[in-house]
Amino acid sequence: MTRELKRVSIVVFLMFLALFASTTTIQFFQADNLAGDARNARTIYASYDTERGAILVGGQPVAESVPTDDEYKYQRVYPQGPLYSAVTGYYTLGQGSSQIEQTLNDYLSGTSDSQFLDYLNRLVTGQNPQGASVELTIDPVVQQAAYDALGSYQGAVVAIEPSTGRILAMVSKPDFDPNTLAVHDTQAVLDTYDALLAAPGDPLINKTINDLNPPGSTFKIVTTSAALQNANLPVDHTEPNLARFPLPGSDRTVSNAGGGTCGGGDSVTIATAFILSCNIPMAELGVEMGEQPLADMAKAFGFGTELTVPMDVSTSVYPRGLDDAQLALSAFGQGSDVATPLQIAMLSAAVANGGKLMTPNLVDAIQAPDLSLLESFEAKELSTPLTSTTASQLSDLMVQAVDNGAATNARIDGVSVAGKTGTAENGEGDPYTLWFTGFAPADNPRVAVAVVVEDGGGLGQSGSGNELAAPIAKRVLEAVLSK
Amino acid sequence: MTNATGPLTAPNAVPGPAAATPGRGFRRIRVPQKLRNLELFLLLFVCAVNAFAVVLVQFGALGYADMTVFTLGAGLAVLVFGMHVALRFVATNADPFILPIAALLNGIGIAVIYRIDIAENLTGWESTAVRQVVWSGVAIALAIGVILVIRNHRVLQRYTYIAMFVAAVLLLLPMLPVIGQEINGARVWIHVGAFSFQPGEVAKIALAVFFAGYLVSRRDSLSMVGTKFLGLRFPRARDLGPILVLWALSMSVIIFQRDLGTALLYFGLFVVMIYVATGRASWVVLGVGLFLAGGVIAGQVLTYVNDRFTNWLDAFNPAIYDEVGGSYQLVQGLFGLANGGLIGTGLGQGRPDITPLAQSDYIVASVGEELGLAGLFAIFALYLLFISRGLRISFAGQDDFGRLLGVGLSFTVALQCFIVIGGVTRVIPLTGLTTPFMAAGGSSLVANWIIVGLLLRLSDTVRNQPRLVI
Repeated sequence: MTRELKRVSIVVFLMFLALFASTTTIQFFQADNLAGDARNARTIYASYDTERGAILVGGQPVAESVPTDDEYKYQRVYPQGPLYSAVTGYYTLGQGSSQIEQTLNDYLSGTSDSQFLDYLNRLVTGQNPQGASVELTIDPVVQQAAYDALGSYQGAVVAIEPSTGRILAMVSKPDFDPNTLAVHDTQAVLDTYDALLAAPGDPLINKTINDLNPPGSTFKIVTTSAALQNANLPVDHTEPNLARFPLPGSDRTVSNAGGGTCGGGDSVTIATAFILSCNIPMAELGVEMGEQPLADMAKAFGFGTELTVPMDVSTSVYPRGLDDAQLALSAFGQGSDVATPLQIAMLSAAVANGGKLMTPNLVDAIQAPDLSLLESFEAKELSTPLTSTTASQLSDLMVQAVDNGAATNARIDGVSVAGKTGTAENGEGDPYTLWFTGFAPADNPRVAVAVVVEDGGGLGQSGSGNELAAPIAKRVLEAVLSK
Repeated sequence: MTNATGPLTAPNAVPGPAAATPGRGFRRIRVPQKLRNLELFLLLFVCAVNAFAVVLVQFGALGYADMTVFTLGAGLAVLVFGMHVALRFVATNADPFILPIAALLNGIGIAVIYRIDIAENLTGWESTAVRQVVWSGVAIALAIGVILVIRNHRVLQRYTYIAMFVAAVLLLLPMLPVIGQEINGARVWIHVGAFSFQPGEVAKIALAVFFAGYLVSRRDSLSMVGTKFLGLRFPRARDLGPILVLWALSMSVIIFQRDLGTALLYFGLFVVMIYVATGRASWVVLGVGLFLAGGVIAGQVLTYVNDRFTNWLDAFNPAIYDEVGGSYQLVQGLFGLANGGLIGTGLGQGRPDITPLAQSDYIVASVGEELGLAGLFAIFALYLLFISRGLRISFAGQDDFGRLLGVGLSFTVALQCFIVIGGVTRVIPLTGLTTPFMAAGGSSLVANWIIVGLLLRLSDTVRNQPRLVI
């Protein structure tokens, strides 16, 4: 019987050997694969175990994690959800995250490299893991003013401090309430998410950085800068003053916004063309200069440059390899030119800052739970598109455009405001895109702003940048100036 | 190999020293009881580990300590020490490791069940852990009863056919109309008042007793005669009766009670015991062949058996994962184990409650998630040690009935561990069985603690045979 017992013992041993092997395979060799499976709720729960860091504006949280009784331990709360939706983005169960919540997830969740020692320390001491908090450059007063001023239009407002590149306001509409996506019910999240995806006006897109529109007449800042600086033309350089400009090599013609000539006379100066925002002289100027000066200037202003603020910014495009007809169109912001509102704000910011373009940035500081500073951001120069002389010439032209030109609705009593409107055509019969960009005060600029109103502001092809966008910008400028 | 045939000599062999007249017990206790002192030391250690586990669960999952659980735990500890004291009197030479291991596994099980309760907000009598504590109490009390009542295991041999009858009744109970109950598709429960019980768990003990008694008396005819084929001596057709009956029994458990795991357990138990009794490998070949054939046919005919195989082989297929009765539970259990990794999340800090039945069938996945691979290895080692102490009885024992019973009881524990843990970890298709001592469930606790009582009794007898050096 002992021989049989030995064999049975070996069988028992082999059975347990199989169990040792199978558990080792699962818990060691396959652990990473299993953790990466999309159906593994534990991986998602684990991310909720951390007290995710807050996103702060002026020291107050605009996104924070508060303890809950449910299985996720923490609930993400957005005290002023819609107001900051373009900035914070959303943080969901199962549908990912966006904007700051996504871009700075490593810091917020406490898993960034610089937090590794802190993470280990907490693991060993048994404290709950905690993420870092992110302090934004947003000014709550300016943000609120921009949000209110844009009202129910589909569009975006972005305001920058010209001397530093700090983004003071970032509003995109239609907005959404990130709280509705933060609920701990995957089906509810999915339903809300699908509804927002299907909603008109793409509420989930941050239009300040991820929506490209033809810049229209705001691009005349680039064309004029190129003429004055790269082509060395004087500001009183003239072009023939036509009521119709046939596009070279094409049977199409270009007309000015009003339909007639650009002021009186047979010829028109660059200054007048800029102040009155005429298309034909700009088209003529573009063809006269050629592509290179325009392309160089556009690049210096940030077109074609990949930017992160820290979210990825869609790259604004000034096309290359143009024929004369395309060149003419591109010189007044049509053709294949497209730009984000941030890019357009950067045009004003560069002019306002004496020709130096500062890298736009949304984050002031990242603070560990123990209040030590993990990252702080300093103003960085992105490029120098203009000499100080050209910058002051441009500034003067933009002030005149507001005082007695095409951008009069941005006037503020007692303050000299610099500005440029844009009323960009999209497709045949499609509603216009209405722009305004500018800065104030012109002699000591504190804020540069860009406003875009899409879908014609509901007016189809009858609205203009001065009519709809300029008043919005004015309220944002006032909010900064009254501080 | 012992060549003894039939019931062995000396049915009332040397009684344990403490089994003498009770009045002299006090004087007897002065004899140094080295084994019992070792057991006492181990039990104190086990109690400390179990209490520490509960504290960890409370701090991990609740964030504070709650003393009520300890009052309940203290009650259990009193019973375990009561059993220890009983052994000092009536089984002085019983194995000193069996009781501490069972108590440790039971305690860790309660801590993990309690942890799932916290996650599911179950308190009071709703709490599985509280019921588990009460059932553990009942089970340990029964084990003490076994130790006290059965002073000599050989009396069990007299009840060979009664054991068979008891096993048959226990197996049939769930099929009865009023008290029988079907849970999760398996009809293996009886329901009386507020209590549910799985009589099949206890039936395995009765079966082991029956097999031991039956095989000891019949093994000559089962082993000596037969025809040689392919180098193996196969039994005569008329000796095939018992194995065919057992096969039919297992198949009917699969068909009527829809319980694959239990069928495998019974049949495996029988095959191992008949092999040990007769020394004929042909029985193993026959048995495995019969069961495989039956299993394959069942897999073709019965959808639930077929589903088990599909879930096993293609667990991660989204269609099978999402299907009702699909591999969701299996895959979630694997996720839990993976989440635990090498050292686990720590008690109370994982998410074992995501997996369905995390406190019963899937308790191993829960342990693996919170205590990690290291914890599981420790648990496996405890089971191996427990089983080896049981097999040791068979190696050292002198009467064949005791030896067969020892191997049978130990092997059920081993096979049950393998079937359920192997199912959870995808070694074999998943079948619903309880993890001995750990999983929530009264019937399983009662059955396994009775096994503890029987093994202790057997080991005491083995030690009391002075001629054998072990």
